[in-house]
Amino acid sequence: MAKGVKPRVKVPKSASAGDSITIKTLISHKMESGQRKDSDGKIIPRSIINRFTCDFNGENVIDVTIEPAVSTNPYFQFDAKVPEAGEFKFTWYDDDGSVYEDTKAITVE
Amino acid sequence: MNLTRRNAMALGAAAAATIVALPAGAATFEEAVMSVTGGKEAAEGGDLVLTAPEIAENGNTVPVAIDAPGAVAVTFLAIGNPNPAVATFKFGPLAGSREASTRIRLATTQDVVAVAEMEDGSFQTAKQTVKVTIGGCGG
Amino acid sequence: MRLTKISAMAFAALIAGAGVATADESAELSIEGKTIPTRAEAPAYLENIDEVISGWVYRSDETQTLQADDFDNPAFVFVDTGADLFAEADGSAGKSCKDCHENVEDFAGLTTTLPRVNEAGELETLTDLVNECRTERMGAEPWKYSGTQMTAVTALIGLQSRGMPVNVAVDGPAAPFWEKGKELYYTRVGQLDLACANCHEDNYGNMIRADRLSQGQINGFPTYRLKNAKLNSVHGRFKGCMTNVRATPYKEGSDEFEALELYVASRGNGLAIETPSVRN
Repeated sequence: MAKGVKPRVKVPKSASAGDSITIKTLISHKMESGQRKDSDGKIIPRSIINRFTCDFNGENVIDVTIEPAVSTNPYFQFDAKVPEAGEFKFTWYDDDGSVYEDTKAITVE
Repeated sequence: MNLTRRNAMALGAAAAATIVALPAGAATFEEAVMSVTGGKEAAEGGDLVLTAPEIAENGNTVPVAIDAPGAVAVTFLAIGNPNPAVATFKFGPLAGSREASTRIRLATTQDVVAVAEMEDGSFQTAKQTVKVTIGGCGG
Repeated sequence: MRLTKISAMAFAALIAGAGVATADESAELSIEGKTIPTRAEAPAYLENIDEVISGWVYRSDETQTLQADDFDNPAFVFVDTGADLFAEADGSAGKSCKDCHENVEDFAGLTTTLPRVNEAGELETLTDLVNECRTERMGAEPWKYSGTQMTAVTALIGLQSRGMPVNVAVDGPAAPFWEKGKELYYTRVGQLDLACANCHEDNYGNMIRADRLSQGQINGFPTYRLKNAKLNSVHGRFKGCMTNVRATPYKEGSDEFEALELYVASRGNGLAIETPSVRN
């Protein structure tokens, strides 16, 4: 597990059934591109988050394939439909095999 | 060789020429788009809207957004980067819109490209030039 | 759907204004709906300027926008880390910051007065205070001056004063430190032979290559820089500036940088704390 990786997610606490809501996510990660060299001139190996997914009650909202050109501390904003009350699940996949998860519950008015 | 200032400059010029002569890491617009569409044509000027700043204060963190009505997936490309692929957003059954935004790295001033795969299997594309400025004294 | 449209429009609007490299100097900073003043009347001891101006004013529209929302501001992931560290026991006493300082909100106002002179007559910065707690009361190792832990916790503590005016003491016991800082501010150094004042007093608002010079205010520190995608300390920034003018920088935490921090902070007396700000 890469050091100091911390996810942040912003989801409204409630919505009307069938509404579309905006979700913002950010995870602290260096996103080492594999293009940089260290002071000895050696390539610093690539180490990035290569995939991000958001699901709601087991159904997919968005699935992002990520390349090294995504900035340090990757940020994503997108919209999700909320058919019923439930739980969003956010998953980030690291090159090193680590998986970081966060969940957020939402109620329906 | 006696390394005088003049020689050093000539060497520098030769080195620069070599770099230009090599096929640069950067892809052409068409090549980049085709790499996503698998060789299919992508239409410009559709409903796909790509939003990116005209001038980026720092190439490390450039905000980009797409609005791609009717798309099943959208790929961002930075065709002046050593590796043009940036990210692909696949919209799932619970996607609330076909809009998404992220922050990307641009190595230099270049065209940022979005390629949208539509529900009917066709492709649309849009591009925007982003000027990447070099900071003041670099500090 | 409504939210989506609004955010898309806001994004389009901020991009539309970005046709020129210069920022909109009349833009108002509103964070989470609260207006934060970015200009103030200069304190009387500033002989050469009438108005003190936040560095936010000189940034591009996109960078300005990043600071207007606590989720879009990437510094907040480090503030979250700071909150975790604040509650984490460390050292031989088995205590966390929180064991003594139950509510971090109680630090509201603290950073407006720092650096300040303590009872022993020493000038102390927030970093000094944090490390003093760690070594004296927690029995823990001091944190590295500008390390990720220190900047995370100082950002968390600084945030509690956001919107409050900077108000460091420049007289009384602070006077000799302030004078020393002032001397450093106006002393030309390095191969480029530049003093802080040459860029940040004589030329703020002007372009330096493709960038705009600010007044070098420190009311938003620790600041998240797009350049290195992390929180940057005041002394780290001083070091960067000195390196750029090809001078040998003083050490972080040195008497020189602490005095300079007091003087530069005093040049922003009246400006609102913006911690954690976003800069390029």
